[in-house]
Amino acid sequence: MSQEEILRTPLYDLHRELGGKMVPFAGYDMPVQYPAGVLAEHLHTRTKAGLFDVSHMGQVRLSGAGVEAALEKLVPGDIQALAAGRVRYTMFTNEQGGILDDLMVSQTGRDLFMVVNAACKAQDIAHLKAGLGAGIKVDVLEDRALLALQGPEAAKVMARFAPAAAEMAFMSWAEMKVGGFDCFVTRSGYTGEDGYEISVHEKDAVALAKKLLAESEVAPIGLGARDSLRLEAGLCLYGSDIDTTTSPIEAGLNWTISKRRRAEGGFAGAATVQKHLAEGAPRLRVGIKPVDKAPARAHTEVQDGKGRKIGEITSGGFGPSLGGPLAMGYVEAAFAEPGTEIQLLVRGTPRPAHVVVLPFVPHRYAISGRKAP
Amino acid sequence: MSKIYFTSEHEWIKVEADIGTVGITDHAQSALGDVVFVELPPVGKNVAKGGDAAVVESVKAASDVYSPVSGSVTEANQSIVDQPALVNESPEEGAWFFKVKLSNPAELDGLMDRAAYDAFVATL
Repeated sequence: MSQEEILRTPLYDLHRELGGKMVPFAGYDMPVQYPAGVLAEHLHTRTKAGLFDVSHMGQVRLSGAGVEAALEKLVPGDIQALAAGRVRYTMFTNEQGGILDDLMVSQTGRDLFMVVNAACKAQDIAHLKAGLGAGIKVDVLEDRALLALQGPEAAKVMARFAPAAAEMAFMSWAEMKVGGFDCFVTRSGYTGEDGYEISVHEKDAVALAKKLLAESEVAPIGLGARDSLRLEAGLCLYGSDIDTTTSPIEAGLNWTISKRRRAEGGFAGAATVQKHLAEGAPRLRVGIKPVDKAPARAHTEVQDGKGRKIGEITSGGFGPSLGGPLAMGYVEAAFAEPGTEIQLLVRGTPRPAHVVVLPFVPHRYAISGRKAP
Repeated sequence: MSKIYFTSEHEWIKVEADIGTVGITDHAQSALGDVVFVELPPVGKNVAKGGDAAVVESVKAASDVYSPVSGSVTEANQSIVDQPALVNESPEEGAWFFKVKLSNPAELDGLMDRAAYDAFVATL
């Protein structure tokens, strides 16, 4: 993509005004950090509330009779069992059982509302149009921005603008006014903290963002901290931790596939997923904690104690809340047990590490609410 | 009497007699963001001009620090290993990386002085 074609979200001018350091990301000019810096932004989100612009992500509405069953051909998630007002995390699979993208889908009661990754957006939309069949309408909501408010004080802040939001359970969807603007709100996020993702019309996005930022608990947070927060939370980044070569079972996403869907299959790549479920996957995504202080980045070779390659790191860096290095990656299944001693080949030097349980920092989602899962 | 030189890779070297003290510039630390890890060369290691000598890592990424000159390492600054944030706080003072005994002082001729480096940064 050439320089001229780089896209901007409705919040672009606000990012500049806030001192955001803009970088190209998935075709958009996005803030990687603000003047506070990645460390401070990360810690602010863990202690108070952070506001993220995620308007680059794709928002899609699927409608038509039988849309739930139609979508189940493309994803292993149980869409038919999704009650009105509930949200599910699932993924598009390919015929080999690999992952084409991961996504969030909400049952609104009249249609399905989906959020997909920015980098996969065009391909996902084509995949939906080709795969859902006649009678299902795919509307790309190009005129909507998406904000995420995340952190232990997110609910308190939201309650001032949308009292009903405080009542929402984790992974629920509702349509409501936030600060006077019509929004779709989900109680969900990508940080491991309680919080919301707020879909708002692009014309109202700046005004809503400014209202939220004016609250003393809220600071703007860039993509740098978004990545370190999700890594500490053990959440997958599409294109790094999951891609067309990883099955949902290898990725440890078994929990996203219900008993019915495991038994019935009926989605792209079901044979591979069922085989991995029945026989075990040949390799598994695990948490990896280096023993010393050196971060191990993506593509670092993972070895057994004798120096044989057993896998590769897919995301790695420094966890500000953890206060040290952390990583995720794939290892041969025999090495996936937490506590297993492994080594990481960092700049040619084998360094000791352990397989650990994910997440690195415990999730603090708001499980309470009217309809707790 | 010491003199300071700069590289286009944003290292500085302050030279006194045949010993050079090496660090990264304020521009470099600002571009990196919060420094969370530093790896320094062992004393006695021979480094080559433009060759890998140290590593500095922010939350986001790892970057190599190249030696501005050839020589052997005489000292490494343990304080930035213990407190990497010092690199952000005083990159051109207390947070030096290592000292090197120059094997070929003529290599300094190819480096920039402060005015030339500032002009170079202004073009970035």
